[in-house]
Amino acid sequence: MTAGVDLGAPQTQAIRSDDDVVRVRQLVRTVAVATKLSLVDQTKLVTAASELARNTLIHGGGGTADVAGVDDGRRRGVRIVFTDSGPGIPDLDLALTDGYTTGGGLGLGLSGARRLVDDFDIVTAVDEGTRITVTKWSR
Amino acid sequence: MERVPVLKIGDILLVSIQVDMSDQTAVMLQEDLAERIVATGCHGVIIDITALDIVDSFVGRMLSTIASISKVLDAETVVVGMRPAVAITLVELGLSLNSIRTALNVERGMELIAAARTDEWVMVDGDEDAETTATT
Repeated sequence: MTAGVDLGAPQTQAIRSDDDVVRVRQLVRTVAVATKLSLVDQTKLVTAASELARNTLIHGGGGTADVAGVDDGRRRGVRIVFTDSGPGIPDLDLALTDGYTTGGGLGLGLSGARRLVDDFDIVTAVDEGTRITVTKWSR
Repeated sequence: MERVPVLKIGDILLVSIQVDMSDQTAVMLQEDLAERIVATGCHGVIIDITALDIVDSFVGRMLSTIASISKVLDAETVVVGMRPAVAITLVELGLSLNSIRTALNVERGMELIAAARTDEWVMVDGDEDAETTATT
């Protein structure tokens, strides 16, 4: 972590099934409550986590979510890192476009999740996998 | 596997989602509801999401699909009890749920369904109505 101090070790949730997506939501909710995010911010973060965990499962072929409370000295937040070693995203700009889908969904997962968080970082390489880091800060 | 119960109250099917649904559970609910609409001949479906912390794109799509399916099966769907934080998040996510009728609570949802049925009767009896208006 470049800036900020961890408020506790990240908790890892494996994403291998539908039920694991539910577990990611519950874990993120718990950490968001402990970090004292507002109700609306909790809801936004949990929704974003749900979208990204589903992407990790469906497009990445499964992976992990690491959830941690963070502190940058001024405010607290929750950081989640989704990692998979799936096929990667060949055209990132296209994948981040509203309505673009390869999974038969609404195409709002990635673009919508980005709107719901404060920081959004994505690292992807074809045939190697994808790592998405999102942070929601308290106000 | 968890299943969401579907209750029949008069001419209405009531679904109150009380669990954090997995995608599989959501898909099963969709199928259960379609079957129950046909089996019962109900003309209204109320989906109560008061207990839902979040509605993500998958659940949002499920709600739209249920509304479309029930429409084809001659039933009106109303989603009730959405939390304010959920509404704010849905709009920011980019899901407007235009095709879904909503009401603040179950009671208003039932009124909406009753009104929708009455409207249809008025349309069927359109001529008669015009006559009544003319004579008064």
